[in-house]
Amino acid sequence: MDISSINWILLLASLMVAATPILLAAIGELVTERAGVLNLGVEGMMITGAICGFAVSVETGSATLGFVAAAIAGAAFSLIFGLLTQFLLSNQVATGLALTLFGLGFSALIGQGYIGIKGLSVPHIHIPVISDIPVLGPILFRHDLMVYVSILLVAATWAVLKYTRAGLILRAVGENHDAAHALGYKVVRIRLMAIAFGGACAGLGGAYLSIVRVPQWTEGMTAGAGWIALALVVFASWKPWRVLIGAYLFGGLTVLQLNLQAAGLKVPVEYLSMSPYLITILVLVIMSSGRSRAALNAPAELGRSFHASS
Amino acid sequence: MASFRLEKRPTPSQAWTWATPVLAVLLTMVAGGLMFAALGKNPFLAIKTIFYDPVLGEFAFYYRGQLLVKAGPLILIAIGLAMGFKAGIWNIGAEGQYIMGAIFGAGVGLAFYPTEAWYIFPLMVIAGAVGGLLWAMIPAILKVRFQTNEILVSLLLVYVAEQFLAAMSLGLLRNPEATGFPGSRNLQQFPAASNPELWAGTGIHFGVVAALIAVIFAYILLSRHLMGFHIQLAGQSPKAARFGGVNPTALVVFCMGLSGALAGLAGMFEVTGPAGQISINFNAGYGFTAIIVAFLGRLHPIGILLAGLLMALTYIGGEAAQATMQLPAAAIQAFQGMLLFFLLGVDVLSNYRIRLNREAAA
Repeated sequence: MDISSINWILLLASLMVAATPILLAAIGELVTERAGVLNLGVEGMMITGAICGFAVSVETGSATLGFVAAAIAGAAFSLIFGLLTQFLLSNQVATGLALTLFGLGFSALIGQGYIGIKGLSVPHIHIPVISDIPVLGPILFRHDLMVYVSILLVAATWAVLKYTRAGLILRAVGENHDAAHALGYKVVRIRLMAIAFGGACAGLGGAYLSIVRVPQWTEGMTAGAGWIALALVVFASWKPWRVLIGAYLFGGLTVLQLNLQAAGLKVPVEYLSMSPYLITILVLVIMSSGRSRAALNAPAELGRSFHASS
Repeated sequence: MASFRLEKRPTPSQAWTWATPVLAVLLTMVAGGLMFAALGKNPFLAIKTIFYDPVLGEFAFYYRGQLLVKAGPLILIAIGLAMGFKAGIWNIGAEGQYIMGAIFGAGVGLAFYPTEAWYIFPLMVIAGAVGGLLWAMIPAILKVRFQTNEILVSLLLVYVAEQFLAAMSLGLLRNPEATGFPGSRNLQQFPAASNPELWAGTGIHFGVVAALIAVIFAYILLSRHLMGFHIQLAGQSPKAARFGGVNPTALVVFCMGLSGALAGLAGMFEVTGPAGQISINFNAGYGFTAIIVAFLGRLHPIGILLAGLLMALTYIGGEAAQATMQLPAAAIQAFQGMLLFFLLGVDVLSNYRIRLNREAAA
C-alpha cells in the first residue's frame, strides 16, 4: 500500500460531504427524540427522500426543487408514523420498523425508471478570498450549499432548544408528557410537528446522497445510513453540537476507509466496508457503558405512547 | 376536530385480537389494489393473481410446493423473533443471523468435500444454529454487559454480515473449479451436504420440518413452561417480573440466542436446499419479512404458522404477477410493508374502545 498516494487535503475536504447525509438525518431525529418519540423509520424516510429528491431534480433540472420535494416527501412519510403512533397508539419500535420496510419497497417502486440516469452536477460555492486560502479554503469553503445549510440547521436546533419557549415546551413534552398535558400543552400536536421535522430532515439527508454525493439512484442506496444516524443521536447524548462532532468524526472515518481501499491496502475491500458499522457499534458500546452520563440525557418519555385519560 | 375518543379496555379484547390481522389483510388488499391501479394494472386481477391463483388457480400444482419453500424460513425465523418481542427484547437483525447460519453451515459442509458420510449433514445443522447463535450473542452480551441498545447493534450487524457474505463468496468459500459468477460449490450436487425436497412436488425439505417442530416447541414453551411464563411476564410488566424473580440477563440471552439459532438454522436449510450455494446475493430479506410475520401472527405460534403461509403467498403470487402482469417486484415489497402498517394501526381496536364524543354528537 502507498499511504503517500492519499491526498490528505482532498480527504479532509470530502469529509464534510460524507458526513452531511447522516448529520441532516441525525439532527432531525434528535428533535423527534427530544419530544419523546423514538422513530426507527429514519432509514425508510431517508431512502424516500433520496428517490423523490433525485426524481424531482432530474425532471426539473433544479437541485433546490429536488431538496424541497425530498423534505416534503420525508415529512409526509413520517406523518404516517405520526398518525399510527400518536392517534392509534401503536408501538413505536414496530411502527418505525414498518416505516423502514415500506420505505425500501416504495422507493424501489418509484425509482424503477431512474436507475442508471445521471444526476445533476451541483455547483460548489466560491467566495472570493476565503475559498482561495491555501489548505483551509478547499477543506472548509468550497462545498455545495447544503453542507452549510446542515451546519446552520444544527445551530438553529441548538438555539431553539436552549433559548426559546418553543424549545422548552418541546423538551417538557419529551421529559414528562403528563405534566405538559396538565399545563395545557397539546402533547400530540407538538409531537407530530417534531416527527414531521425529523422526517423532513431525514428526507433532506437522503436527497443529499442521491443528488450531491453519489449522484445517482440505486435501490437501497442509503445502506444503513439511517441506522447510523440513530446511533449518532445516542452518541451525541441528545445534544445538537455533539451530533455535528459525531457526524464529522464518522464522515472522516468513512472517507479514510474509502481512501485506504483506493490506495490498495492489503485487506479485502469487504472488510474495510464493514468498518463504518463496526465503529458505530463500538461507539454505542462506549457511550452506553458510561450509562450514568448518557442515560441522564435521554428524554425520560422516549418511546412511550401518550394517551390522555380524561 | 376528532369526533371520537379512545377508552382503554381493562384487558385486550379476545375477539379483536384475532379479528385485527384479518381486517389488516383486507385493508391492505384495498390499499394495495389502489397502488396497483396507480401503476396502471387491473387491481382485481392483481389481487387474484397474488392471493388466489397460486393456491387454486390453473398452475397451482407448481406454486403450492413453492409455498412451503418460502414459508419454512419465514416461520422458523418469526417464531424465534416472537419470543423476544413478547419479552420486549428487539432482535431485528435476523437477516444477519440468517446469513451467518448459512455461512457456518455451508462452511462445515464444504470442509468435508468430497467425503460422503452420514454425519456431515447433522454437523452442518449444528454449525448453522451455532453461527446464528453466535451472531445474536453479540447484541445480547453488549446489552447485558454494557446496556447497549440491542435494536441498533443487531441491525448494524446485518450490514456487517452482508459484507462478510461477499468476502466469503469471493474468497474462502469460492468454488475453486468455477468460472463465471463467484459463489461456493453447489451443495445440491454434494449429496452428503444437501437438503433435498423430501416428497417430490410438496416443497417440503428439512427446513420446513424444522419450522413445524419450532411451532410446536414454542407453543409448549409459552403455555406450559416457566420460561414461557417469564417471557410473557417480562413483556407485560417488567416490574412484576423483577419482583417475581425473573432474571433479566438470562432472559435477554435466552431470547436473543433462540432467535439467532433459529434464524441461523433457516439460513443453513436455505443454502443447502433451495438456494444451493453461498453467493453475494444469497439473502433475500427473509429476516426482515419475518418481523412482519411475527406481528401478523400476533406473536402466537399458531398465528405465526398461518401468517408465514400468507406472507409466502404474497412472495409467490408476487412472482406470478411479475411474470403475467409485469407487476414490479418492488410493489410486493411495498405491499408487505403496508400490511404491517395496517396491522399496527388496527391493533388499537383490541386495546381500546372507540367512543363517540358527546360534544361532537350534540
